[in-house]
Amino acid sequence: MSKSLKLLAGTALSLSLLAGPALAEKMGLGRPALPEEVAAWDIAVLPDGTGLPVGSGDVFTGDEVFAEKCASCHGDFAEGIDNWPVLAGGQGSLRDRRPVKTIGSYWPYLSTVFDYIHRSMPFGAAQTVSADEAYAITAFLLYSNGLVEDDFELSNENFTEITLPNAEGFYPDDRAETEYTVFSGEPCMTDCVASVEVTKRAVTLNVTPTDPDGKPAGTLPPLAPAEAGEPATEVAQAEPEAAPAAEAPAAEAPAAEIAAVDPEMVEAGAKVFKKCAACHKVGDDAKNAIGPMLNGIVGRAAGSVEGFKYSKPMQAAAEAGLAWTPEAMAEFLADPKGYMKGTKMSFAGLKKQEEVDAVIAYLSTFGG
Amino acid sequence: MSETEDTAKPAGGASRRAFLGAGLAAGGAVATTGLARAQGAAPDPLITEVQDWATAFGDAVDAAPYGTPIHFESHVVRRNVEWLTESPVSSINFTPIHALEGTITPQGCAFERHHSGAIELSKQDYRLMITGLVEQPLVFTYEDLTRFPRTVTTAFCECAANGGMEWGGAQLEGCQFTQGMIHNMEYTGVMLRDLLNEAGVKPEGKWVYAEGADASSNGRSMPLEKAMDDVMVAFFANGEALRKEHGYPVRLVVPGFEGNMWVKWLRRIGVYDQAVESREETSKYTDLMPDGRARKWTWVMDAKSVITSPSPQAPIRHGKGPLVITGLAWSGQGKIARVDVSFDGGRNWQEARISGDVKPKALTRFHLDIDWDGSEMLLQSRAVDETGYVQPTKDALRKIRGLNNVYHNNGIQTWWVRADGEVENVEVA
Repeated sequence: MSKSLKLLAGTALSLSLLAGPALAEKMGLGRPALPEEVAAWDIAVLPDGTGLPVGSGDVFTGDEVFAEKCASCHGDFAEGIDNWPVLAGGQGSLRDRRPVKTIGSYWPYLSTVFDYIHRSMPFGAAQTVSADEAYAITAFLLYSNGLVEDDFELSNENFTEITLPNAEGFYPDDRAETEYTVFSGEPCMTDCVASVEVTKRAVTLNVTPTDPDGKPAGTLPPLAPAEAGEPATEVAQAEPEAAPAAEAPAAEAPAAEIAAVDPEMVEAGAKVFKKCAACHKVGDDAKNAIGPMLNGIVGRAAGSVEGFKYSKPMQAAAEAGLAWTPEAMAEFLADPKGYMKGTKMSFAGLKKQEEVDAVIAYLSTFGG
Repeated sequence: MSETEDTAKPAGGASRRAFLGAGLAAGGAVATTGLARAQGAAPDPLITEVQDWATAFGDAVDAAPYGTPIHFESHVVRRNVEWLTESPVSSINFTPIHALEGTITPQGCAFERHHSGAIELSKQDYRLMITGLVEQPLVFTYEDLTRFPRTVTTAFCECAANGGMEWGGAQLEGCQFTQGMIHNMEYTGVMLRDLLNEAGVKPEGKWVYAEGADASSNGRSMPLEKAMDDVMVAFFANGEALRKEHGYPVRLVVPGFEGNMWVKWLRRIGVYDQAVESREETSKYTDLMPDGRARKWTWVMDAKSVITSPSPQAPIRHGKGPLVITGLAWSGQGKIARVDVSFDGGRNWQEARISGDVKPKALTRFHLDIDWDGSEMLLQSRAVDETGYVQPTKDALRKIRGLNNVYHNNGIQTWWVRADGEVENVEVA
C-alpha cells in the first residue's frame, strides 16, 4: 500500500509524528483573527448544516430571483443554456450513455447548493446573493427537480431535513482495491497482444484548433527548407478496417460537423446575407442585435445564443432539441413563419433554393 | 561499425577529418554516402557569406528588462479549445508540452485553469486566515508567511481532466491538447503543517479545507494527514514570484493530488471534523462509474506518460535515420521507476532511457534514440512507478470505469506515425 493510500485510509496516524520536530514550538507569527473577520470569510456550509446562516426563502421568491440572476445561463427552468450547467432533471440517467448530472440527479448534498450559490454565484457577481435569496433559489431548485411542492419554504431550521436523491450515490476512492491490484506487476514486453488495429482517429472528428495552414494549432515549423528533389513519401495506406466514425464524448463535442465549403457559394451567400444583416451580425465581435448573432449557427442547438431573448416557440423547439443542421436551417429560411409559427423573425423567407444553400454555406464559415 | 571503419581506415596519413566523418556516419547508422558531397551541391551561403548578425550589433543589454522567448518561438504558447467551455474565465488552456524539453515548465506557458478568471491580488492586500477547529484562529500577512522556514520542492500539477476528452476515443490532434493540462515547477514556500501548528489543530480536526480569494473560491477538502505531510503554501515558482495566472502571490501545492486542489490566491484554511463537500468535490471532480454511483475523493493522480515528440504537432520532417523520441512520465504516488516505449501499438516494448533526476511526484523526462527506417509506427509509452503500478491502456480503464468517466484518464496514448513523418492521434485495439 502506497504512502498516499495509507493517508487516505488511516485517520489513526499520530499527528505529532507527522508534524515533525522542526516546529514543535510556535513561531509567534500572525495575529488572532477577529470574530467579524472569521464571520466574513468562514462562510462554508457543511453537509450537517454547520455554517448555515439564519434565514429563509420560498419557491415563489426563488423563481423570481432565479429568473433575474441565474436564468440567463441556467435557463428559466434550470435546464441550462448552451453548455452552461443543467441544474434540474436527469434523474435516473446516471447509467445512460449521456448522463445528465444535476442537483436532482447527481449532487449528494443540499449544503453544496446553498454554499455555492451563496459564495460564488451569480457568475461574475459572486457574493451578491443574500442569505434569504440563497435559501429562496435553493428552494426553487428543489422545486425544479420535483423534490418539493410549490409552496415550500426553505430555512436554516428545516434545511437538514432535505435529503437529495443521490445522497447515497458516492463512495470513497477504491482504486487501491479495484485498480492498483489489476494494474500492478511485471509488465509484458514481447508479443503482448495478438494484433493491433487503429480503431479511432482524431482526424475524423476534426475538432482540433488549427493554424492557418490547416495543421493542428501550434505545430512546430520546419527546421529546414523543403528539398525540391526529395519525393513525397507515399502516405496512401488503406484505411484501417476497424475505423468506425469516431464517437465524440457526451456533452463535450461540438454539435455538428461542418462540410467542406465551396468558395463560390460562400461568395454568393455573402451577397444574400445582406438581406439578413439588418438584424443579424456575424464575424469578429458580432453581438446580438434585433436578431441573435449568428457565429457558429450552423450545426448549433437552436435558441442557444447567449443573452438573446428568444420567442416562446423557439425556446420550446430548443428544449425539444432542435439543432440548426443545414437541412433544418434550409426549411426555416425558406419559410420562417411556416416552419415556426410565432417566431420573432419577421422575414418572409428566401424564395430560391440556391439562395438558401448559399447563405448557409456563408454562415458555416463563421465559427462559434 | 567495424566494416565502415575498415573502409575508412587511413591507408597512411589520411586526414583525421575523413576518419571522423566516417565514424560519425556509422554511429548514427546513416549510410556513409549520406555525408558525401552531393553532386553539384553549392556551398551554403549561410556559411560562406558574412551574415548581418556576424558583423553588426545585436540588442543592447536592456532591450528586454524581463525577457520573453525570441519571436521565432512564438508558436510555443498555451492554447485553448474554445468549444470546450462556455466562458474563457471559467476555462482551461494547455501547456505546449510537444515543444518543451527537460522537466521544468516555464510559468509563462504552463496551462491555466480558472473558475472565475485570474485575479490581481497584491502582496500588500494579501491575507491568509486559518479558522475552524483550531486553538487560535489566525490571520497572516504575506510578510508573516515569508518568516516561516522555507522548503523547496518540485511537483507536477495535473488537472484531473487531463486526457478527459480522449475518454470516448481519440479526439484532439496534438499532445498539447490531449495531455497538456499539466505543468511541473520548482516551488519555494512554507509547509502548511507549520501554519496549522501555529494555530494549533484541535483533536477533533480531521479535514483541512482550502479556498481561494477569487469569486469561485474553488474550495477543496483534504484529510488532515495530507495537509500535515507534504502540502506547501508556495510563493515562488521556478525561482520567481508566482505568475498571476498561477495564483500570485500565494498558492497551495499539493504534490501528487489533482490540480483542482492546488488552490490559487489562497485565502483561507479551515479545519473541520468532516469534508466540506464543496461543489468542486461533489458535482465536479468525482468519477461516475458504470453502476450509476460515483467515486469521490479520488485525489491521487496515477502513473502516466506520454511521448511529446514525435506527436501530431511535432511531426518527423527529417526523414529516416536517427530519431529522438522524447516524453514525460509522472506519478502521484511517488517516483517513476521505468518507462517503456512501443512502436507497434503495444505488442512489443522496450525500455526507454530516463534523462536527468527522478523526483517523486514530479515530471520525469525519458528519451529513446532510434534509427527510424521510415516505416509506420504506432508509438506508445508506458510508465511504471515505484509502487509497481503499470500505466494501463484506456480500454483496461474503461473495463472498470465504464464510458461515463471523464476525470483521471491515465491511459496509454497512441500516436500513429505515418511514413511521411506526419503523426495522428489514434486509438488502437
